[in-house]
Amino acid sequence: MRIEVAGENALILYVGTHGEQGVAHRVEQVTRLLKESMGDLLIDLVPSYASVLIIFDLFRCDHLKVRQAIRNIEPQLTNEASENGRIVTLPVYYAAEVGADLEDLARNAGLTTDEVIHLHQATDYRVYAIGFAPGFAYLGDVDERIAAPRLSTPRQRVPRGAVAIADRQTAVYPAVSPGGWNLIGRCPQRMFNPDLDPSMPVQVGDKVRFESITRDDYLSLGGSLDD
Amino acid sequence: MTNAAQNTIFQQGSMDQQQGFLVQQPGLMTLIQDAGRYGQHGIGLTVGGPLDAEAFRWANRLCSNDVGATALEVSFGGLVLEAQVETVIALTGADIPLTINGEAQPMWQTLPVKAGDKIKLGFATSGSRAYFAVAGGLCVPHTFGSAATVVREGIGGLAGEKQGAKLAKGDVLTCQSSTGIELRCLPEQHRPDYSKDVKLRVILGYQKEAFSDLQIATFVSSEYTTTDRSDRMGFRLEGPQIKPSINGILSEGICHGAIQVPADGQPIVLLNDRQTIGGYPKIGSVLSLDTGKLAQLSPGAKVRFETITIDDAHNLHMLAKHREESANLVPV
Repeated sequence: MRIEVAGENALILYVGTHGEQGVAHRVEQVTRLLKESMGDLLIDLVPSYASVLIIFDLFRCDHLKVRQAIRNIEPQLTNEASENGRIVTLPVYYAAEVGADLEDLARNAGLTTDEVIHLHQATDYRVYAIGFAPGFAYLGDVDERIAAPRLSTPRQRVPRGAVAIADRQTAVYPAVSPGGWNLIGRCPQRMFNPDLDPSMPVQVGDKVRFESITRDDYLSLGGSLDD
Repeated sequence: MTNAAQNTIFQQGSMDQQQGFLVQQPGLMTLIQDAGRYGQHGIGLTVGGPLDAEAFRWANRLCSNDVGATALEVSFGGLVLEAQVETVIALTGADIPLTINGEAQPMWQTLPVKAGDKIKLGFATSGSRAYFAVAGGLCVPHTFGSAATVVREGIGGLAGEKQGAKLAKGDVLTCQSSTGIELRCLPEQHRPDYSKDVKLRVILGYQKEAFSDLQIATFVSSEYTTTDRSDRMGFRLEGPQIKPSINGILSEGICHGAIQVPADGQPIVLLNDRQTIGGYPKIGSVLSLDTGKLAQLSPGAKVRFETITIDDAHNLHMLAKHREESANLVPV
């Protein structure tokens, strides 16, 4: 583990490199253990792929105290990946009418659209990070065969619920926003709803499984075909 | 720290009244802000809050409020309000001509208003963010624990359809009526001077190893210019290129003031409405005591960077807090 200063009241803890065995699990453990041990000395934590940003109250502690807290939790970290994370199943209507890049992605990958749809559902994805926009969960890792680079020109408007791929990451857009990911379908379940508690169906460390639904199911679950 | 969504909670005293200030003209960009939304990075929410936190706190102190009470951030000016209640107000921050019923009034001072008064802000002559506070604070529902408006997220500010929006003509800003509040001002020597050159103190960190000694020397010895590609998310600067040895990094958490350096070598200082995670290399972060000064600058202003340690930053904050808290408001 490596600690760097991030800012006046923030340290960033790197727990390994992405793809290394157990990294995501360590991110999750560090986040939980620091929350428990530092309590309200913490202002916030930002867990991501292989790091945790630790923002602390500089009027009540300092970076030395945070470094000590990190050292104190280190012996408690385990390498074995826990299998007790939740699995959240999200329904997806995969089709060109709601997934503008599905056909291009299949063609570039040398696959049929059905094969792309099948491969996208064949992996249980880990929620690596949440950011970019409220409720935007970065899921990985996408099967190499359907990994696709970002569009060279991002779209001005990606609809809410769009299911998309960028490199080996996939995500469901929580709200209308600009975006450069490849759209392959649409999920009728809202990924962020400020009026609900919890406001998101997933959190970092959960697993997400996608399940293909028909157009009729998509519409009856409240899905929209509008752009 | 909390994971729960604190959805809509009204501050006390707001339920039985719908009066306060009527927005006659919203100005270029006027936002409802409090101290910011904390502990919500886990669901991707940024902090928001006042860009110039010091001026914001003074506006509240002048109204005898808690320093984090809900108030307005007025960018560039143009706000016109009609008071519907009797209370006191204060305007701090950027120099903006202020009139009440056509008569010029001072900034940095508690001012009495009564129902029917027309409060008019002109446009900033020095600085660009002003803060308008009212006794007792504005009564605004909290979303995820805060009233702070983040337009990009569509969160905070007024409820319902207006959630996440800047103020618009016809909005009503609810507040209590208040009488008997002492009228005070902040003595001149404690007020910031927004016309001065800005020095941004930087704590090197994050991917600093990806910047050579020469790159860092260039960064701290050169003058940078603010550009018009600047907003509440971040300020984009122009000047000698600094090139990291890496193009991108695995996305990671971004703290306040972080200096992101994209491939064009031009630094971006990330502010209150920044994305919570990102994948550009960062050379370090600007001290928050200085980001407020940066946010007051117009495009074309000159800034310089100076490096300090995290321990220096800690000491500077302790000193600044002591100075601010021991500065007394004086009766007028």
